[in-house]
Amino acid sequence: MCGIVGIINTDGKVIDGSHIREAIRIQRDRGNGLGGGFAVYGSYPENKDKYAFHIMYEGGRNSPVISIVEDYLKARANIYQSEQIPVYPNDRISRAPYFKRYFLKPIEEFIAPEQTEEDYIVEVVMTINKMEGTFVLSSGKNMGVFKGVGYPEDIADYFRIEDYKGYTWTAHNRFPTNTPGWWGGAHPFTVLDKAVVHNGEITSYGTNVRWLEMYGYSCMLKTDTEVISYTYDKLTRLDNLTKEDACYVMAPSLWEEIDRTDDRKKRYLRQIYGSAMINGPFGIILTHKTGAIILNDRNKLRPVVCAKDGDTYYASSEECSIRLLSPDVEHIWSPKGGEPVIIDFPEEF
Amino acid sequence: MKNNWNIRPPFHPEFDLERCDYRNGCQICVKECSFGEISLKPIKGKDGNILYRPWANMRACNSCQRCVKMCPQSAIHIVSEPMHTSHGYWKTEPVNNIWRQAGSEGGVLLVGTGATGPQKRYFDHIMFDACQVTNPSIDPLREPMEIRRYLGRKTDQYGGKVGPQLKLEVPVMFGAMSFGAVNLRVQEAEAQATRKMGTYWNTGEGGFHEKLRNYGGNTIVQVASGRFGVSEDYMKSAAAVEIKIGQGAKPGIGGHLPGEKVSEAISKTRMIPEGSDALSPAPHHDIYSIEDLRQLIYAIKEATDYKVPISVKISAVNNVAPIASGIARAGADIIAIDGFRGGTGATPLQIRQNTGIPIELAISSADRRLREEGIRNTVSLVASGGIQSSSDVLKAICLGADAVYVGTPVLISLGCNVCQRCFTGQCPYGITTNKPGLAERINVDEATQALTNLLHAWGEEIKELMGSMGISAIEALRGNRDRLRGIGLNEEELRILEIKHAGA
Repeated sequence: MCGIVGIINTDGKVIDGSHIREAIRIQRDRGNGLGGGFAVYGSYPENKDKYAFHIMYEGGRNSPVISIVEDYLKARANIYQSEQIPVYPNDRISRAPYFKRYFLKPIEEFIAPEQTEEDYIVEVVMTINKMEGTFVLSSGKNMGVFKGVGYPEDIADYFRIEDYKGYTWTAHNRFPTNTPGWWGGAHPFTVLDKAVVHNGEITSYGTNVRWLEMYGYSCMLKTDTEVISYTYDKLTRLDNLTKEDACYVMAPSLWEEIDRTDDRKKRYLRQIYGSAMINGPFGIILTHKTGAIILNDRNKLRPVVCAKDGDTYYASSEECSIRLLSPDVEHIWSPKGGEPVIIDFPEEF
Repeated sequence: MKNNWNIRPPFHPEFDLERCDYRNGCQICVKECSFGEISLKPIKGKDGNILYRPWANMRACNSCQRCVKMCPQSAIHIVSEPMHTSHGYWKTEPVNNIWRQAGSEGGVLLVGTGATGPQKRYFDHIMFDACQVTNPSIDPLREPMEIRRYLGRKTDQYGGKVGPQLKLEVPVMFGAMSFGAVNLRVQEAEAQATRKMGTYWNTGEGGFHEKLRNYGGNTIVQVASGRFGVSEDYMKSAAAVEIKIGQGAKPGIGGHLPGEKVSEAISKTRMIPEGSDALSPAPHHDIYSIEDLRQLIYAIKEATDYKVPISVKISAVNNVAPIASGIARAGADIIAIDGFRGGTGATPLQIRQNTGIPIELAISSADRRLREEGIRNTVSLVASGGIQSSSDVLKAICLGADAVYVGTPVLISLGCNVCQRCFTGQCPYGITTNKPGLAERINVDEATQALTNLLHAWGEEIKELMGSMGISAIEALRGNRDRLRGIGLNEEELRILEIKHAGA
């Protein structure tokens, strides 16, 4: 059990982090203080052409792993700015790691001919994540992730997320059931500019993870969220599926319906991507730089409510968060299991 | 001299004459026993007349239990001989075997069905994991539960091709049992049941009888080393063609159907002269390496216009993983792996008991190797050899199989008591025999119903098991070792099976 909230503005209008803090705070019952986190898009307009790496280091500011990571990064990328992420310790947060932020661009000559720039960045992130005592929290452009062990409102205060502004915000309140709570394992989970907040416990994990490993993904965190993020990344980035098709692969219709409609494309997708089907309960908000996707498992075993108010979309585990953000919202609905809500921005902000 | 020794068979029938209806002339057991174990013995009745009571000949009982099941008075039970020797190391079976070989039988000892040895049955050491609290189990009576599988070559990159597929509504197919090994009534029941349930049966290597050709849509035909009945028509008449390299009951061994079993119908179907021995050589004489197999695969694909998937069946051996990889790269669409428990009509005893590896380990290793090479999704894996229940089916799928073949469960559904005398042609249940008078013991309609019931029951049980694991579509279980746990397995076994120990 977990709580999730998303605020997505399709017109690029930014708001500060105090709103999402309140929206997730009132879902306090859905977590247990072992994980909270936020993703924000539009936070670094002055550096929007560079990859923003949020990296955590266990063992504090003197940890030897810092220089190992930085030497590696310097050899692979041009770092334009490097700074400590400001934190504001409070008595509800303990044993926090050390956080740094880097704005960088890959050194182009190192990008292999068969690689895109994004593939290259993923490779860099994967390499760092395999190192002991460090973890890349986020690596997309003009976005960032703040997360840790604690209730989400306490994590919000620790990073003072009200100091950041964004057109898309997501939040997660964690009630870990599988993996122990640690700072890197809190949500949101990201690959490049894609961030996932997730409520669920998928039963297809063993099949999904083995399928992903065939294509070079290594699932270090052993969490469902990681698997869902990588599956979506593999489908859309490597296989060039549309968002609709990628959602269909993860939560397909029944064979019976495919037979009835004789939908060849759906049969084809289910046949070739059987191992990418996400089974078991899940509700996710997947955000990226030009939109968002809200998706439920096909049996709707987890709650997700959506709403639209003007040019702002909301998604939440519970309606109360939406009512708090937009008290008079009229267009509010509960998407059916397996039917994605896909939000596309008219342009990149 | 030795030939005169009275070596008692391991079993014999005993008759409760209080219950037995011999006084009214009942002789059902005598007629039902196809091994000649029961005869009639004249005795004097109370009023001086002669009555005939059943009598055990102490010669040939296999505990097939036919007499027990057919006796209207429940007057028969089979007893097992306590032992032949009192020696702690030389037990009954090896001593008996040596007596048989040194005595009149001589030669290679033959048996039917799969291996009986004490080797570990890994399925029994594997448990499913179930859902509690943090993720809900799914009620198959309320929610849709999908167990359909597609077998055949598939691209793993969007935009690529999906080859011809077999569509299975139940992830269970009937494994290869040839016309000759079983009779046409058995095959007809298999064909009808698989059509009804949306799955497939396999002709084995004995050809495809004309009478059953209209069931081609649910039939897999075999091309084995003897090439019996193989023609262009034969291959085009089926939903898939399987190249048989080996089977679990006799890895590395060919087959032998004695001439006396080659009747007119079998002769026509196999395309060999009546009364001649049907010998399948141990290897295919045109396959001495993987590249030869590739040529045969493509020869068959050419002959069938690339319209049906080609399967390659091998027995489970230690090198199964690289062999499976080679077969996938040689162009096969389906790889069937048969574990050492797999059944047969006839196999040398020593081969059956001592060659091959368990299917659980073989399928796990093959699945892992294909994944490591990034080609797992291009080919389908079928597991067989000793599968006894729906939970075995699902465990095999969690260990990496796409579907399974079963053979012995088909025979058991038709009454088989697993007495292991299939090779004699005397099957008392009329299954592994073509003898007039015996074969008629199979009623095709009843047999069809029995096989349909079995497939239906296993399908329902599979749905229940999936529900408890919180899975609503079976593809989410293929290779899903995380849903399994081992009990009483050592680290090496757990590593090969790629599962954690229970409690972990």
